[in-house]
Amino acid sequence: MRCRQVIDKISEYIDGELDPELVRELERHLQHCEDCRVVVDTTRKTVEVFCHTEPAPLPNDVRERLNQMFRHSFRKGEPN
Amino acid sequence: MPTHLDNEQSIVAAAQAGDSDAFVTLLNQYGRHIYRLGLSITGNHQDAEDVLQEASLKAYRAIAEFQGNSRFYTWLVRIAVNVALGKLRKRALWKESSLDESRESEDGSYIPLEIESWGEDPEKACLNSDLRQILSEVIQKLDPKSRTIFTLRDIEKFSIEETARLLGLTVPVVKTRLLRSRLKLREELTKYFGKDARNAMPTGHR
Repeated sequence: MRCRQVIDKISEYIDGELDPELVRELERHLQHCEDCRVVVDTTRKTVEVFCHTEPAPLPNDVRERLNQMFRHSFRKGEPN
Repeated sequence: MPTHLDNEQSIVAAAQAGDSDAFVTLLNQYGRHIYRLGLSITGNHQDAEDVLQEASLKAYRAIAEFQGNSRFYTWLVRIAVNVALGKLRKRALWKESSLDESRESEDGSYIPLEIESWGEDPEKACLNSDLRQILSEVIQKLDPKSRTIFTLRDIEKFSIEETARLLGLTVPVVKTRLLRSRLKLREELTKYFGKDARNAMPTGHR
């Protein structure tokens, strides 16, 4: 397997969705290719950091306007 | 994807029975996630707030139809995605699958330029608030369709197939765009977290 093919397969590899035979080929490549190891590792970290980082609390004004909207709806007796 | 509320099933049931406080409890748990989703997809705070309000109201009005086959949050996200796509369509930032895209999916090539291992993990390298700011800035470097795909697959953890279905795209298009998005975001984050990072943290923490 060449570097170019490793890059094309990165997504499926880090998602664990790559065919086992291709996994073996890809990992053989990684053993001797430092650059691809770095790209695979940092791509995995990229996905992890987005997935693990909790969103910020709602800005106060946004929360207040949302509550106002609901108070209004509740008063009107929605959704009944 | 956020954690469940402890007694979520009964809170949802109460909301379905018309208990508005129960619905507010659900919104308090998930509102910020929906706001971030809206912000990632639409790219601006006003639209993100609209997405949160409109999706919440739609969910409130339709909660009796929620069948409990999925998590409440997943159901709410599906509603929010449709509202957010509506915003993109209105601004002509969203086009359905095109012939160009099926060609594009045959050539997923993307050559990595920044090849540099990261130092400390991002979570350790900077404050949470700084990290959120960096993530929210770099995701906006993707085009609207790519960042929507990335958001659904990698932040909200929908499967490739469900992401494709929700967005009315083909699986190959989703796969290709996802690969490119991940590689592009990797490049951008390497500028912050690479061992010889060139970008300063937003408020100077390292």
